[in-house]
Amino acid sequence: MDDDQLDNVFKALGDPVRRRILDRLAKRPGQSLFEICASSVAEDGRSLSRQTISQHLEMLERAGLVQTHWSGRTKMHSFDTAPLRKAVDAWLNKHLKKGSGA
Amino acid sequence: MRIYVMSVFVDDQAKALDFYTQKLGFIIKHDIPLGAHRWLTVVSKEAPEGTELLLEPSEHPAVGPYKSSLVNDGIPAASFQVDDLEKEFERLRDLGVEFTVQPMDAGTVRMAVFDDTCGNLIQLVEMLRGK
Repeated sequence: MDDDQLDNVFKALGDPVRRRILDRLAKRPGQSLFEICASSVAEDGRSLSRQTISQHLEMLERAGLVQTHWSGRTKMHSFDTAPLRKAVDAWLNKHLKKGSGA
Repeated sequence: MRIYVMSVFVDDQAKALDFYTQKLGFIIKHDIPLGAHRWLTVVSKEAPEGTELLLEPSEHPAVGPYKSSLVNDGIPAASFQVDDLEKEFERLRDLGVEFTVQPMDAGTVRMAVFDDTCGNLIQLVEMLRGK
């Protein structure tokens, strides 16, 4: 994982709305934009606009944290944790291992 | 001022009429020949004098991109209210209606979404009282 990809992962994670989206996709994979908005209403009693959620999803996709597939003609979103593991290996572990004193 | 008609754009009016009456259970209100197409509206049996749903041909060039963009994002073209979502969901599923969203909570309502086989997603909503 290069610096640009690492940047994308940390930028994507650096926002509570995007982390909440990942939490929801982890709970229930394969959701359309409409469902993601509807489940935010269910859990928070309100939701951001679809356009805003759509922009957050684009950032998550760019970081590889959200993967999409088509169910019929509808685009479904799921959480892919692979970039998290890569970020751990590429940078976090460098310091965690040192810090552990092992 | 009152809302007397709203429309969904359907790929095929005859097929739509079949789906909206045979599966959903709406009844024909108006069926007037209009050149190659029809002025075709249905109403709910529960509210025959209520708002009409126009099954409008998808002919206009703007309709294709409009419908497919909505479906891409899973957004329903119309929303109908039911008293018991679970019951209606089971009834329609047994009739072969394909649901893209199973019944779920969405704040003050429970909702589900199905494919109308005419190019649209349709939302069913049950209002949750006292919440």
